[in-house]
Parts: sequence; C-alpha cells; structure tokens
Amino acid sequence: MDIIAQIEAEHIASLGHEIPDFKAGDTIRVGYKVTEGTRSRVQNYEGVCIARNNGKGIAGSFTVRKISFGEGVERVFPLHSTNIESITVVRRGRVRRAKLYYLRERRGKSARIVEQTNYRAPSAGKDA
Amino acid sequence: MRSGIIAKKVGMTRLFLEDGQQVPVTVLHMENLQVIAQRTSDSNGYTAVQLGTGAVKVKNVSKAMRGHFSVAKVEPKRKVAEFRVAPENLIDVGAELTADHYSVGQFVDVSGTSIGKGFAGAMKRHNFKGLRASHGVSISHRSHGSTGQCQGPGKVFKGKKMAGHMGAARVTTQNLQVVKTDADRGLIMIKGAVPGSKGGWVTVKDAGKKPLPDGVPFPAALRSANVVVEKTTAEIGEA
Repeated sequence: MDIIAQIEAEHIASLGHEIPDFKAGDTIRVGYKVTEGTRSRVQNYEGVCIARNNGKGIAGSFTVRKISFGEGVERVFPLHSTNIESITVVRRGRVRRAKLYYLRERRGKSARIVEQTNYRAPSAGKDA
Repeated sequence: MRSGIIAKKVGMTRLFLEDGQQVPVTVLHMENLQVIAQRTSDSNGYTAVQLGTGAVKVKNVSKAMRGHFSVAKVEPKRKVAEFRVAPENLIDVGAELTADHYSVGQFVDVSGTSIGKGFAGAMKRHNFKGLRASHGVSISHRSHGSTGQCQGPGKVFKGKKMAGHMGAARVTTQNLQVVKTDADRGLIMIKGAVPGSKGGWVTVKDAGKKPLPDGVPFPAALRSANVVVEKTTAEIGEA
C-alpha cells in the first residue's frame, strides 16, 4: 500500500465514523452539527441521496436533495466530515442510475422513487 | 538559523479536524536524511551543513561522490543539498534528521522544481487576457497582442512578457503551515500545495517571514543511536 492510501485508511479509522450502506435513490437523514455563536446543535437534513462521489475514501461525498418550501435544495456533504453526527437511511429506493440528476427537472408525482423491498445488506467480507 | 530538510513529495490528501474543518495537506516523506559534510567559516568562508537523502545504487554514483560519501561514512545518497546555518547550529556528520524537526503549527518555506508546462502561450504563462472573441479578431484569440510602440523605441524591450518555456523551474512557496508530523515514518504534512510533481524532491526551511515558534529543536531533531538500532532490526524483521 502506498503512503497516501495508508495515511487515508488510518485517518478514516481514527475518525471512527459509522457510515451506513446507502446509495443514490435512498432517502437519508443527516445529522449535521451547526455552530451558532458559541453553542452548537445538531440539525437534521432529510432528503433523497441523488449522487455519491469519489467512493468510500477520504475524498468521498454525497449529495442530498429535498424540496424545501416548494424550492429544490441540494447539499453536498463530505462522507467523513467531523461535522456529521449521524447518517440514517430512512427509505431504500429502487433506481437504475448512479446519479439521479434527472430529478432536478421533475416535480411531484414524476419525481417519486419506488421503494426497494428486497434490500439485502452487503456481506461484511465484501465490505472490507 | 537552523538547517532545513530534504524530502520527497508523496502526494496530497485531506484531514478532517475535530472542529469540523477540512484541511488539504501535502505529504512529504523523509528517508535516511543524514548530514554528509559541514562547511565552516575557517575552511569555506561560510557555515552550512550538507544533507543527503534517498537510496541510490552504488554503480550509479560517480567515483568522486563515492569518495565524498565514504569520508562521511554514510550510504550513497540520491539527493544532496546544502543549508546555511548559524555556526552554533552545525550538526555532526552522519547524524540523521527526523520529521519532528518541525513543530505542528509552524510556518515553513518549501522549494521544489515546478511541473514543466513546455512552450506555453502568453495567456497561460503570464495570465494575459488574450484578444476578443469577435469584433474582427481572426485566428489570434489567444495571442499576446502588441509588444511595444512604433519607431519611437524601434525595438521590443528586453524582458517583455511573451510566450515561451514555462515551468520546470525552482519555485519557493512561502509561509505554509505544518499540520502534522510523524517521526516514526518520517512524514510531514503541510497545509496546501507545494511545488513539483509527486516523487519530486523538495527542500523545507523555517519560514523567513514568520517568527520561529518556541519548542523547535536546536540544532535539529536527530535520531538517537538506540532508536536507529531498533529501526534497523524492525526492517530486518519485515524483510
């Protein structure tokens, strides 16, 4: 393993974050630490994950889209950010694309995602 | 003035800090960085230490350099550089420097050979604006435009910024912050980018324009003898 990969693996391990298995199409809830003045609290942001970028590595990120007061809002979170308190999968969606950018042009009924009913968690051996 | 170090640029990554910040870092690797010679005011008219790093095959080292390394009783080194130091900061020949030479949070200047860009136009090389996209401009949208006046000087002034060879030159980036050091593996992580490509040699010095923080080792952070023994035995174990 080269030095950079080694450092990144160690850094991810030292952060100790538990990242659930999720992909584009899943509805997820992200608990994000917000600092207001001196005190900080956790803000929940719930929406559809429309993209995951750069894998599981230190540079990984994911995009969450939701409709807020009739306006589409997208936020990009770094997967390993220390500001992320928790990531919970609310609903698993069945989609045929890795990037769901087509949802940006859709509203209402056509922007629905069918729920995946036969979800199986990846085996631990494959994950590692 | 302390000695600097020679290191190899490994690449870039990022660190997430506890307060939620993300820091882009360049990883530098020090391998067997040893003092090869001293320059003293008596014999050379100035004081400096000559450092060497990196492994090289003996057959690829010239006879003259082989002699030079044998005088210092060190292995032949791939890269050799001199650092001016104050007379009291001279380091013994053969001593090995470690990564905790720099303290976390300290500012450093990093020099290296920048990535070569070949023959580059004026827009890329000097950030010229180029010509307009329309309004009668033809075939010369990325040209530099006029290079001077008329019969007045009757020549193009020397040093006029024009297209030419870009990059592959020695570049120093000043005031970069040290984010983390790892003396066991010889790694230094520096915030931001440093000149040169991956695998290139860079020299790191204390920042010239920032005060030196307290607690940096003088004359240098050296590997003590017993640690060296431990390391070599560990290497044998791995092999």
